[in-house]
Amino acid sequence: MSEDRRTFLKEVGFAALGLGCGFPLVRAAFAEAQHGTNQDAEPSSQWAMVVDLEKCLNGEVRAACVEACHREHNVPEIPEADDEIAWIWDEEYKHVFPDQVHEHTPAELQEMPVLVLCNHCTNPPCVRVCPTQATWKRESDGLVMMDQHRCIGCRYCMAACPYGSRSFNWRDPRAYVRTDESGQPLSDFPTRTKGVVEKCNFCAERLRDGRQPACVEAANAVPGGEGALTFGSLAEPDSDVVRILGEKHTISRRVNLGTGPNVYYVV
Amino acid sequence: MLQDAFRGGKRYWILLGFWVALIVVGLAAYGRQLSEGLYITGMSQDVTWGLYISQFTFLVGVAASAVMVVLPYYLHDYKAFGKMVILGEFLAVAAVLMCGLFIVVDMGQPARVANIILHPSPNSVMFWDMLVLTGYLLLNLVIGAVTFEAERKGAPPHNWVRPLIYLSIPWAVSIHTVTAFLYSGLEARPFWMTAILAPRFLASAFSSGPSLLILMAIIIRRFTRFDAGWEAIQKLATIVVYAMVINLFFVLVELFTGLYSDMPHHLHAFEYLFVGLEGRAALVPWMWVNAALTVCAVVLLLIPGIRRQERFLAPLCVVVILAIWIEKGLAMVVTGFIPAPLGQITEYAPTAPEIAITVGVYALGFFVLTVLYKIVVNVRERLEAT
Repeated sequence: MSEDRRTFLKEVGFAALGLGCGFPLVRAAFAEAQHGTNQDAEPSSQWAMVVDLEKCLNGEVRAACVEACHREHNVPEIPEADDEIAWIWDEEYKHVFPDQVHEHTPAELQEMPVLVLCNHCTNPPCVRVCPTQATWKRESDGLVMMDQHRCIGCRYCMAACPYGSRSFNWRDPRAYVRTDESGQPLSDFPTRTKGVVEKCNFCAERLRDGRQPACVEAANAVPGGEGALTFGSLAEPDSDVVRILGEKHTISRRVNLGTGPNVYYVV
Repeated sequence: MLQDAFRGGKRYWILLGFWVALIVVGLAAYGRQLSEGLYITGMSQDVTWGLYISQFTFLVGVAASAVMVVLPYYLHDYKAFGKMVILGEFLAVAAVLMCGLFIVVDMGQPARVANIILHPSPNSVMFWDMLVLTGYLLLNLVIGAVTFEAERKGAPPHNWVRPLIYLSIPWAVSIHTVTAFLYSGLEARPFWMTAILAPRFLASAFSSGPSLLILMAIIIRRFTRFDAGWEAIQKLATIVVYAMVINLFFVLVELFTGLYSDMPHHLHAFEYLFVGLEGRAALVPWMWVNAALTVCAVVLLLIPGIRRQERFLAPLCVVVILAIWIEKGLAMVVTGFIPAPLGQITEYAPTAPEIAITVGVYALGFFVLTVLYKIVVNVRERLEAT
């Protein structure tokens, strides 16, 4: 009798375990059927940026962009290169566009500084691999968003990003965030904790208020930097970005990978 | 049955004490990592996965290899594996446990691990990997416990475990395939983006896992009265050597594609591994040791006269495990990040706390394995005595 009861209890236990493991799977399958996966969702609109390489040759313009962005988003200033966080920064042309250079490309072009940031890809690999949907492609405007409260810090997105656009908080960033005299961070933008990934958000917080991204505004404010960065919607036929893309020779990073970057460069 | 975990001689308790000491050291280091952040590891913005994820990859292979005893025993009724099969299943349990722990210690926010289940993402291979590994752990735990309990009572196991046993066979293949897909589906990392990665993972798993099993069986028959059988050990040795040959073949296929096509993206990683890239060559000595060990193991194990002697077989199993460990537990993951997408060559070397945490996780796995094997040994010894 007791043996029977034990067996019964065991089986009920296993059944419960089985159901417990199966439930999320079923839920996921339903969610998939209803919404499709993230990367399939066609954004109804897509923000894009055009970077004018020549206008960005001016070091002041680039420095102003980086400063404005990192100040606006409370990006920590960590001196160790291994742990450094960056949302927008300079890289050499040959590393940004490895397929655009050859052995006879002049050294000054190869080493030309180029501003790089998250490409807010049309088909973002980081979104595809995220196991918690902590990073996702926003359907309304195509931004690749990041929820630092959901991120588990597995860094799969960093392995998947072909542009090196993501940074992980290896240490507590709050100790490295610049503050004013009263010890407050310079901006209202939420600071992050250690153990999560972050990246450029195309200034989602400014777009909400109908403002341009901080880097674009900063570049325009530098004499000679007007139009160095142009921001706009690809869905609006008369937007500045659509006009430039139609008129000038532009390239984007590693197009052969099929990620569909939405940051373009005027050569 | 469970009370057998508490019945052991002095040697048993010393061994457990040894594992506990290593676990305590690992826990201390992990405490530091939790409070200070992952910067205390050797990982960086360029090399974002290191020793932890490498061990995870290596151990998924060890776990999957249980199928090499389960399949012949249950599908082909290969009786000689009768006593070995439980050792294989419990090794899988300990290995999957370590896999899970390595994932958790690698996380920046381990307290949020449940988010993988709370926000299921079928588009992420990591979500599937979590599912198949959890499933595999439960399968082996249930199958191992139920069949062993039945054997202890001298009765055939319940009928309901049979479908589970059959299910565990393709499931074992799935855990390592899905783990390979974690890497091979990333367009950003040409070194990993190869269709042969999953087959390679399986081949290397089926040589390293059974090697470990042989070592365990040899140790157990040396120190206890439980003998899993020389025939079973020999059959495993044959599996080890052929899996090793297939793995070597896959590696050479991979090398051919990279070297002959001469495409820089494919070449860089291999250059980094075997000769060094722009003067950075941290893994080069390891890779040549790996090559030497692989050739030595394959050649010697292929000779029946050598394979059949315990005094040669045991060290050769160590050689196989070391070779595969260098390949998967050291080189494979890190090299995917070199060079970085923006061309930088950032090298990686684990730090002392990182090594302590890694050793701690291994110690915890081996603690569980020791206890599980102790139960098996005690029950078997009683069965033999009657």
